[in-house]
Amino acid sequence: MAVQVLIPTPLQKFTNDEATAELTASSVDGLLDALEGRYPGIKGRLCDEAGKLRRFLNVYVNSEDIRFLDNQNTPLKDGDEVSIVPAVAGG
Amino acid sequence: MTATLSRSTFTGLRCKECGHPYEASARHVCEDVCFGPLEVVYDYEAIKNRVSRATIEAGPASIWRYRDFLPIEGDPIDVGTGFTPLLKAGNLAKRLGLKSLYIKNDGVNMPTLSFKDRVVSVALTRARELGFTTVSCASTGNLANSTAAIAAHAGLDCCVFIPSDLELGKVLGTLVYNPTLMAVHGNYDQVNRLCSEVANTFGWGFVNINLRPYYSEGSKTLGYEVIEQLGWQLPDHIVAPLASGSLFTKIRKGFDEFIKVGLVDEKAVRFSGAQAEGCSPIAQAFAEGRDFITPVKPNTIAKSIAIGNPADGPYAIDIANKTKGTIAAVTDSEIIEGIKLLAETEGVFTETAGGTTIAVLKKLVEAGKINPDETTVAYITGNGLKTTEAIASSIGEPYLIEATLDSFKAAWQRSQAG
Repeated sequence: MAVQVLIPTPLQKFTNDEATAELTASSVDGLLDALEGRYPGIKGRLCDEAGKLRRFLNVYVNSEDIRFLDNQNTPLKDGDEVSIVPAVAGG
Repeated sequence: MTATLSRSTFTGLRCKECGHPYEASARHVCEDVCFGPLEVVYDYEAIKNRVSRATIEAGPASIWRYRDFLPIEGDPIDVGTGFTPLLKAGNLAKRLGLKSLYIKNDGVNMPTLSFKDRVVSVALTRARELGFTTVSCASTGNLANSTAAIAAHAGLDCCVFIPSDLELGKVLGTLVYNPTLMAVHGNYDQVNRLCSEVANTFGWGFVNINLRPYYSEGSKTLGYEVIEQLGWQLPDHIVAPLASGSLFTKIRKGFDEFIKVGLVDEKAVRFSGAQAEGCSPIAQAFAEGRDFITPVKPNTIAKSIAIGNPADGPYAIDIANKTKGTIAAVTDSEIIEGIKLLAETEGVFTETAGGTTIAVLKKLVEAGKINPDETTVAYITGNGLKTTEAIASSIGEPYLIEATLDSFKAAWQRSQAG
C-alpha cells in the first residue's frame, strides 16, 4: 500500500533533500522498516536501540497523532499521509 | 561586528538530552543524534567576571538589565519588556491563610500584556542577527500578539498562525499590528504541526520552532526579576502555569544561574505547576507517577495554556519531583473563581491562565501542600482584558439608573440589601 511520508528538514540529508517520499507499508512499524530499506541509517535517527520512536518525535497519520491511534502498530492504507514532526515549545 | 561579538557570553547550542554540540544557528532539535531539544551554552566564567548586583541594578528597567545571561550578540530590540511589578499580596494571603505571598504580575508586561513579550524580545533580536526578514509563530494567542507587535517595532515582516476558535481580544490584539494572520481550523497541536512543516520549507524565523533555543531563554528573566525584587533572595515556593512546560523549566534555570554566578545564596525552592483539568496531560502524568506524557485533546476555557502535547512536560515533572513541589489541575469554574479572587483581593485582572494559577494556589494551600510560612510567588502570565468572554457571565452587572438622585438612592439601597 502506497503511503506518502513528509520528511522533516533534519532528515532530508538521508533522502537526497526530498521533502516527501512514497513508500509501501501496512503499519507505522512497517513504514519505519521501509524507510530504512530505502534510506539506510534513517531509522537509527527516528528510533532508539529498542526500535521505539524517540520521545521528542511526533508522528501523525492523516493529521492524527499516532498516540491517539495504535502507536507504532497503527495500520496504514493506500493514500495515507504520514508526517514526522519534532516537538515544539509553547505558544 | 568584532566589538559586538565580544559582548556575547554564549558559545553555541547543545542537546539537552545527549549533549551533542551545534553551532549557534537557527535550529532547535538534535538532528545528528536523538531529536532532543537544543539549549544555549554559556561561558559562566565570563558572565561571573562581568556582572554584579550593582551592574544589574544600573541597567535598564527591562529584561535587558540581564543581557549577559541572554543569547544575543549585538544591540537588543528593547520595547520596555520586563521588570514588571512583584506585588506583596497581603489581602489574598490573608484570605488563603498564607503569611508571605507575592504576585509576579506579567499581565502588565510591555508591549502586549503577557510574559510572551520576554521570549519574543529575545527571539526577534536573535532572528535579526541570524538574517531573517520574516518572523512567525504557532500561537494560542498571547504569542501571536507579542510576535506581531515586536515585529512591527523591529520592522520585520510577520505571518502568524493561531487556532481559529481563539478569544476575540487575542485575534484583534494581533491584527492591529497588521501581520498576515492565519486562523487554522484545528487545535494548537494541529497548528504546531502545520507550522513545523511551513518552517521546513519557507525559510522563516519561527520563534517557537527554529528559534526556540533562543526564545525560551527569555523566560529566565522571570526568575531573575523575582530574586532581585525580593531583595536578592530566592523565594521558598513558586506556583506557575504549565502549558508546554517551558516557562516552568526556565524559571528554575534563572534561579540556578544566579546561584551559579554568585548573585544569590543557594536555597531549596519548591516548584508547583498549574493546569486546567480540560487540558492537563502534565498533571495527569505527575499524579500517576509517570515520566512521560500521554497527549490529550484540549477542552477548557484556559485556551492560552491548552497544549495537549507539551514538549517540555517531562522536564516540568522532573523539576516538581526534585524540588518537592506538586502539579495540580482545576476545573473551568474554579479558574473563573480564581480570576475573581485575584481581582477582588489584589486589584489584578488576569486571564484564564492566571485564574488557573490562583485556583491551584488555593487548592494547594487547602491541601496543606504550601506551608503558611513559606515565601510563595505566584506567576501571573497574562491580562484579563484579553479574555473577557471567559468571565462575562460570571460577574456582576451594573445598576441601570436615571440621572436623578432618587434613582441613585433607590439603586444604592438595592445594592446594599444584596
